[in-house]
Amino acid sequence: MRRACYAADRTGHMILQTLYQQCIKNKVTFFDEFQVLDVLISDGRGCGVVAVELLTGELHTFHAKAVIFATGGWGRVWEITSNAHSYTGDGVAVALRRGIPAEDMEFFQFHPTGIYRMGILITEGVRGEGGVLINNEGERFMERYAPTVKDLASRDVVSRAMYLEMREGRGINGKRYLYLDARPETVNKYARVDGRTWPDGSPYQVTGADIMAKLPDIIDFCRTYMGVDPVTQPMPVQPTAHYGMGGIPTTMYGEVVTDEKNTIMPGLYAAGETACVSVHGANRLGTNSLLDIIVFGKHSGERAAEFASQNDYAPLPEDPQSFVHEQIEALRTADGTEIAADIRREMQEVMFADVGVFRTEEGMAEALKKVRELKERYQHVRAHDSTRIFNTDILEAWEVGCLLDIAEVTTKSALERKESRGAHAREDYPERDDDKWLRHTLAFMDEKGVTLKYKPVTMTHFEPKKRVY
Amino acid sequence: MEVKLRILRYNPETDKKPHYENYTVEAEGNDQVLDLLNRVKWYQDGTLSYRRSCAHGVCGSDAMRINGVNRLACKVLVHDVGRKITIEPLLGLPVIKDLIVDLEPFFDHYRSVMPYFVNDEPPPTGERLQSPEQRARFDDTTKCILCAACTTSCPSFWGSGQYVGPAAVVQAHRFIFDSRDRAAAQRLELLNDRMGIWRCHDIYNCTDACPREIEVTKALGEVKMAIATGRVE
Repeated sequence: MRRACYAADRTGHMILQTLYQQCIKNKVTFFDEFQVLDVLISDGRGCGVVAVELLTGELHTFHAKAVIFATGGWGRVWEITSNAHSYTGDGVAVALRRGIPAEDMEFFQFHPTGIYRMGILITEGVRGEGGVLINNEGERFMERYAPTVKDLASRDVVSRAMYLEMREGRGINGKRYLYLDARPETVNKYARVDGRTWPDGSPYQVTGADIMAKLPDIIDFCRTYMGVDPVTQPMPVQPTAHYGMGGIPTTMYGEVVTDEKNTIMPGLYAAGETACVSVHGANRLGTNSLLDIIVFGKHSGERAAEFASQNDYAPLPEDPQSFVHEQIEALRTADGTEIAADIRREMQEVMFADVGVFRTEEGMAEALKKVRELKERYQHVRAHDSTRIFNTDILEAWEVGCLLDIAEVTTKSALERKESRGAHAREDYPERDDDKWLRHTLAFMDEKGVTLKYKPVTMTHFEPKKRVY
Repeated sequence: MEVKLRILRYNPETDKKPHYENYTVEAEGNDQVLDLLNRVKWYQDGTLSYRRSCAHGVCGSDAMRINGVNRLACKVLVHDVGRKITIEPLLGLPVIKDLIVDLEPFFDHYRSVMPYFVNDEPPPTGERLQSPEQRARFDDTTKCILCAACTTSCPSFWGSGQYVGPAAVVQAHRFIFDSRDRAAAQRLELLNDRMGIWRCHDIYNCTDACPREIEVTKALGEVKMAIATGRVE
């Protein structure tokens, strides 16, 4: 089905450029390389943020009438991810530490086609153009898992099928990857098998040049990182942690809500991956993150502007930087018997193994224990760099703290949801259970740990039903 | 295998002047140079400082000099550069710390060329349409990620930081040749300046440096031609 506009295989990049260019044109002030470390709340209102200016190492308090979080996701919780190093879930973690819950964190999407070992994303446009997944026996295995839509089944279905193929020993050479084959001869072969046609009814057949024209960036990635030319060779791929459906709970106008009754916190907004408007439910479809940022980015911007024009500043809390000071001081003065990178790696491994594509009670209980141990060990991390200017060492260590909070909340939320729904797939509870679990998780965090509450799902046009491909 | 890194270090709080430091790390042939920097930072010397984010050549934050040429650290693999790797900050911009340079002068030049869509005519209902041929005219320059590798590889820019530099011209090109845009003449006038495009002497360092394989020198040539002929084609 053709359901979206696109710009080659870099639609998001083009949107980003256009937005940035229009910001330049309209003289928007940017505080480049300031990183937010805390959100300020007083009288139940969002009233600003505390941020570190990397260039000087100074902390700044931004007193604001309205604050919008657009801080992105947290794919770096997992070992193999398509996400940037900076995707450490700071926005959600900062909100959690201030008593704002995180919604539906157990729903994290694993994209089926990450470049082997690196996780770099190969767009599903490759399969849209006719590429197919092949196992070590040369079989197009998606026929068995989704006989109708085959390789175009939704991301979670394909990721699970790949996982099962690899577990059955049909990974390429027995390893943790499969082939994504977009060579024209393969594409044309399976297009004939499927009886695929162009919109005018003529048979669907492509040339190497067609593949090049449709997928220039992907071809460049493969050549650069694997020395593989997708026009003549298959691409080694494995599922990669890609997108958080959960996040800071908001209304459809981007207003942050703080409990199961959807109580709005005035002056605080969130949009994009860091937010959970829940348009994606338990499982986002490809491209819809771009619709999300455009629609809800605009909504939250308009609402925040309206709010700011109608309200005065809420007073700043007393000593607004104290909480951040405390966190930074700890990273400067701890005994240094632990290394942040070790803790991060151990967390990423256990999360990928046990809170990944497939989940079990046993695995997740083990993961939760491990993450809590790592949080204890994290108290001993001290940054090496004791200077002020561009201290990315201390910042990275601080981000590991965010990742640990996100990992704990994710695991706890996933452990409690005893069913399979969307991206949350449990081997011990393989069916969806609407009677018990047609509800959103809200995870709250304090010194004692994570507390879960639930709120009902709003039903509109589409009721959940079994996915049959 | 073992790889030896020689990195130009400078910390303004502790060093009088820049100096090289050597590190040895374990690596595989298809590790990125960024992976090696991370290995040093995470396990040997946390004070080593550089920018990085996406780690796959899209965000443009980790441009640096690798064995004497400008590259993104995440787009160069060990087997591309061998087992002895010298890493230095980009030339032509003030060094803040280690491999981090002050990009403000670069972005000042970028902002000076009206790098945004201009068309004050009321939009038609729906979209402003263009043909695939019209769209293809500027496709190459839409790929720019503002990493600064081109501008800081340019000897003319090294000679004078006042020169607007190839990246800014690439950004101008993206709109000058867009059939929907209406400000080509203004941009061409901005670039037809002593510190504008005529500082470009077709040295091609920029084209070699571009991690997005934009034909930078060709784009600059097209802009020169447009200024010389007064026609945008």
